[in-house]
Amino acid sequence: MPAHSPKLALRVEGLRKTYKDVVAVDGVDLAVQAGECFGLLGPNGAGKTTTIEICEGLLEPDAGVVEVLGLSWRNSARQLRQRLGVQLQDTQLSEKLTVEETVRLFRSFYHRGLAVEDVIALMQLEEKRKARLSALSGGQRQRLAMACALVGDPELLFLDEPTTGLDPQARRQLWELIDALKREGRTIVLTTHYMEEAERLCDRVAIMDYGRIIALGTPAELIASIGGGHVVEFSVDGGGAGLDPGELAALEGVRSVRRNNGRYELQVTDWHRAVPCLLAAMVQRRIPVSELRTHSATLEDVFVTLTGRHLRDE
Amino acid sequence: MSDRAAVLDRPLRAVPLAFRERSLVQLTLVRFREFWREPEAIFWVFIFPILLTAGLGIAFRSGPAQALPIGVTDDGLAAVLQAEPSLSVRRLDARTAEDQLRLGRIHLLVTPEAGGGVRLRYDDTNPESRTAGLLVERALQRAAGVRDRVPVTAEIAREPGSRYIDFVVPGLLGMNLMGSGMWGVGFAIVDARRKRLLKRLVASPMSRAEYLLSFLLSRLVLLLLEVTALVGFGVLAFGVPVNGPVWQLALLCVLASLCFSALGLLIASRTRTIEAASGWMNFVMLPMWVFSGVFFSYERFPEAFHPFIRLLPLTAAIDALRANMLQGAGLEQVAPEVAVMGGWLGLSFFAALALFRWR
Repeated sequence: MPAHSPKLALRVEGLRKTYKDVVAVDGVDLAVQAGECFGLLGPNGAGKTTTIEICEGLLEPDAGVVEVLGLSWRNSARQLRQRLGVQLQDTQLSEKLTVEETVRLFRSFYHRGLAVEDVIALMQLEEKRKARLSALSGGQRQRLAMACALVGDPELLFLDEPTTGLDPQARRQLWELIDALKREGRTIVLTTHYMEEAERLCDRVAIMDYGRIIALGTPAELIASIGGGHVVEFSVDGGGAGLDPGELAALEGVRSVRRNNGRYELQVTDWHRAVPCLLAAMVQRRIPVSELRTHSATLEDVFVTLTGRHLRDE
Repeated sequence: MSDRAAVLDRPLRAVPLAFRERSLVQLTLVRFREFWREPEAIFWVFIFPILLTAGLGIAFRSGPAQALPIGVTDDGLAAVLQAEPSLSVRRLDARTAEDQLRLGRIHLLVTPEAGGGVRLRYDDTNPESRTAGLLVERALQRAAGVRDRVPVTAEIAREPGSRYIDFVVPGLLGMNLMGSGMWGVGFAIVDARRKRLLKRLVASPMSRAEYLLSFLLSRLVLLLLEVTALVGFGVLAFGVPVNGPVWQLALLCVLASLCFSALGLLIASRTRTIEAASGWMNFVMLPMWVFSGVFFSYERFPEAFHPFIRLLPLTAAIDALRANMLQGAGLEQVAPEVAVMGGWLGLSFFAALALFRWR
């Protein structure tokens, strides 16, 4: 069973990796506690996969220190492989094997591990136990990949984009499974470019952009760091040519204003007060508001505030 | 849903590994499963060589020698030549005869010449036409009263071991060992690399040596089946001889298979796409199909080529198999061929290890 020591499960310092003339990872520091679910959040190409693959011992960093479970890849690769569970991005397992045969194969690599039947049940693949991989859906394949990562009873689990390309239902099912693994006290490091995934699953999140970590903390801390509160989005008929962002910013409770494709985004401390003021100002200027929405600030808003760009779903 | 909740709530227990669940066993089982579940592979490895053997065996069967068709434009000459049993005489008018000669329906055309002479028209590069020419000439001379000065008795030998089918079965066996060895190892590894499965396996604690060893073990078992199928068919259907010691034949097959598997491994050591792998495979195999004497003896190539041809692994394999099966030669007699195969095996294996990329 995973250890519950307060030791660090993963320590990364000054990590750097360059491909030809592209700097993929540009000085990354991380510390993941045992028992924690840690997320690397960022857009595609931010360096998440390179970072996680260096931690998995699959890539050599150009510079920096990586310590996994207190061990280094240089001296303890064999031991580390036994103690880690890894799920890579777009691995295609053999189409001609069945689910059970695949899990059994991966089980055979570990000195100690979980019962194949238990892992299949845990990943909700019992009905597909005898099915070949060619007959599986995207969500089922992803759960099988997780089963293969889990069957060695790992102390630390690396999941690289576990839900990319899945439909919302399959994604939610996978989240439930990851929740179950967290309840068992397993340490999980995952990458994602879905902010709601990071918010929902991770105890702490590092936001990556262009190979650097631009923010680090619990989802609540990160949201609080941009002033927390709420976001009011609205658009106006005619694109709001006469609307001055400066005037909007001067409204009560509005902390910042952003204009995006003819849509305004206001960060507000309290929407109860900001919205009536906004509407009153609009009525006064005879500008009809065509759409109005408010939501609690999310990690997406954190990313937008820090980079001026949106995280994008491909 | 309640089952699922129960599984989720139960802490997962670590269990020890049973013997059958050992990784080498599991990896080897995967090799078999991938092979058996690929109908095309079964066709090319088992069915195709047998069909080819059957086809060649029937096409080149040694039945009673067939009479050679010739054309004659004169009734008198036709009557004389009809007495010769090895010739099948067709009485034709001059134009039809010319056409049939061009089309190869007759091997030779006989026309009378002024003054009692006879003109033979045939292509001297065609052995059957030359034979027909000699037969016609002899028949005409005998009919004219010429007697043989030396009495000759012909003894017909159609023993197993000297027919074309006997020649070609060891050739096909060698070709099959080459194809299945190179493709069986090379294709599977390139495919795993292309699908990033190789990378996933390397991220697990799998032993890399066991991964490669699993190819070897599965190859040896499949080898037993494919050699038995092909040689068994040759023996049962055509009476192809296996004169040498069977255990030595088995040893030669294993050596040949390892040698070609190592070549396959070398080709797969860095290749990332199936197309590139196919290109390399054909680049390596095609010259050997032509030069190594699968279907005809490489003696037909100029003598200067022979030392190089004998250095090809397929030539060594086929020569050794023929020596064992047809001449009953022992291992000591095929030592040079064994050395050539061993050399290729060592060279390609160590080169493959040095070049191999797991990613």
